[in-house]
Amino acid sequence: MRTPVSVKLVAGLGPRGWLAVAAVLVAAWVLVPLAHLMLPEGHPLHISTYAITLIGKILCYAVVAVAMDLIWGFGGILSLGHGLFFALGGYSFGMYLMRQIGRDGSYGADIPDFMVFLDWKELPWYWSGTDSFLWCLLLAVVVPGAIAWIFGYFAFRSRIKGVYFSIITQAMTYAAMLFFFRNETGFGGNNGFTDFKRILGYSITAPETRVVLFGLSVTLLLGTLILGKALIASKFGRVLTAIRDAENRVMFIGYNPLHYKLFIWTVSAMLCGLAGALYVPQVGIINPSEMSVANSIEIAIWVAVGGRGTLVGPIFGAGIVNLSKTWFTTSFPEYWLFFLGLLFILVTLYLPEGVAGLWAKIKARRAEKAAIAAARAEAAAVPAAPRSPAAPESKLPNGTAAKGA
Amino acid sequence: MRVESSISRNAPADGQKEGWDGGASTSHVLTPGELDLSHKVMLYLDDITVSFDGFRALNQLSLQIDAGELRCIIGPNGAGKTTMMDVITGKTRPDSGKAFFGQTIDLTRLTEPQIAHAGIGRKFQKPTIFEHHTVFENLELALKTDKRVKKSLFARLFGDDLDKISDTLGQIRLADQADRPAGLLSHGQKQWLEIGMLLVQDPKLLLLDEPVAGMTDDETERTAELFVSLKGKHSLVVVEHDMAFVEALGGKVTVLCEGSVLAEGDLATVQADPRVIEVYLGR
Repeated sequence: MRTPVSVKLVAGLGPRGWLAVAAVLVAAWVLVPLAHLMLPEGHPLHISTYAITLIGKILCYAVVAVAMDLIWGFGGILSLGHGLFFALGGYSFGMYLMRQIGRDGSYGADIPDFMVFLDWKELPWYWSGTDSFLWCLLLAVVVPGAIAWIFGYFAFRSRIKGVYFSIITQAMTYAAMLFFFRNETGFGGNNGFTDFKRILGYSITAPETRVVLFGLSVTLLLGTLILGKALIASKFGRVLTAIRDAENRVMFIGYNPLHYKLFIWTVSAMLCGLAGALYVPQVGIINPSEMSVANSIEIAIWVAVGGRGTLVGPIFGAGIVNLSKTWFTTSFPEYWLFFLGLLFILVTLYLPEGVAGLWAKIKARRAEKAAIAAARAEAAAVPAAPRSPAAPESKLPNGTAAKGA
Repeated sequence: MRVESSISRNAPADGQKEGWDGGASTSHVLTPGELDLSHKVMLYLDDITVSFDGFRALNQLSLQIDAGELRCIIGPNGAGKTTMMDVITGKTRPDSGKAFFGQTIDLTRLTEPQIAHAGIGRKFQKPTIFEHHTVFENLELALKTDKRVKKSLFARLFGDDLDKISDTLGQIRLADQADRPAGLLSHGQKQWLEIGMLLVQDPKLLLLDEPVAGMTDDETERTAELFVSLKGKHSLVVVEHDMAFVEALGGKVTVLCEGSVLAEGDLATVQADPRVIEVYLGR
């Protein structure tokens, strides 16, 4: 009667989706480098270093937004502390970048400058192994994942939900920020890590390095999307949205929501960690302000603007908010927060399903118009044509709309 | 999970009480965590008390449901019917008393999902289904399978499961609605879907809290037919206010009042009981 629901990890995308993925990959790995490296500065198609870095940064934010959508849009868990996982990934990889400076720091010492400043003679134990690229990359995934797992285990086991959970995540990231502000913590205090010189021996400011980091960011974002899509298309995804909608019912049919929430929560944190690891070499700095509560709230705004429970929407949300941030903070720096607040209010009032919801609405309206036109043409022959039966279905809240997107 | 096989293994043991009592025979082995129906008792509640802020929702309630029995529970509002279901399904822990599923499974020590796995299915008073999922997906999620994360990530539906779902869709008369979001169903259809979600779990004991509320007379009649046909294969506990429906089910009736059992027997006997008339039917 029905084809089995196929749930291999790649089942989320159709042939057109895969074509789009391939097209974006080609653009990121071939066209952008060509436009940046081969075309002369004045050429209209030349892409500047500034643009590459800016877009690369926004791509990292977009990964965080998609990761956030997985837990908020599909799991119904609003985290206001996701900036912590992003920053932990950034710090983990930042340790490697600090070690790559070698003796080129201002003090010419073997240990990072801030440690010399603190009069430390050698690296603390938790810095051991950080001269290895792979080890730090591993840390960037494992540290946020482990912290998310431990935090999530206790929070979800105690059945902390809704706004209480959100507040605790805020407290978590705030506490971590204060901890990282201390010089004695060994992560550079309020200055954090900066003045990076090399990555894998290549100059970090070289155009080629920038282009590779850009390509990696695009690839990570696509990978995150494909993983997210596969998770949502699987039975796991259906259980997750079921937990969001009626957790009691899920328990009484024999699922333990704790494990489901914990899994998606940890996956989400690990993705944020990877995004942070890619963000730091492109932006060139990581400091505790990344863990500020406001940053984490901004992540939630990206997702709300883009459209919760749509996976693709949050990418646009991250893009729209950050591009306008770039423009506002240079043109009218003092008005940026007002604008952000206004944007959030407007989206909540008029676009509860975000930009993606707007797109779905336009499409549905077009289909409805076409149906009405067809019905009218028919009504010329048969009086009292019925309304399109598809119309009420499109009115359902985001969950179902999301599946179509 | 493995409950099903244990029942078939235990079935011959029912006739050999000596072996069980004397411990000499190996035909009956006590296996922790498996449903033991050797004494034909499906559910055993003894002296259960639950209080909320001094109010005794259940007051030394004792109740016994046999395997394959269809039991109706009636009682005025606040008699403790829903609290009793909460205790059985692990949502509420009793302050004192015993709650056993079969001979060996102590319900007061298990979590909600564990109790569901042991074989108790519950229908809530207000239909709770997954409104954003299709009717088919609702049944798919409820289906009796390994419900751990790892399995769900790579789960696929095979022939048996699909047959089970399509059989159930027919049973609850929603076959033509399979691909519609469940939120678009009528109230009665939602009730049926929730009953279907219980059936695909293949529970040993079904707890049904006001299953025909909001149904048309026709739907109520069909629900009664369905429940009567389930009797024998499953134990059913039905909480209901609709006396015509209780009559149609025709099982033993228990009257709850102020958290304990007031009367028990067939509907006619219970309805003739002066105490019952006073607290419930007379009003």
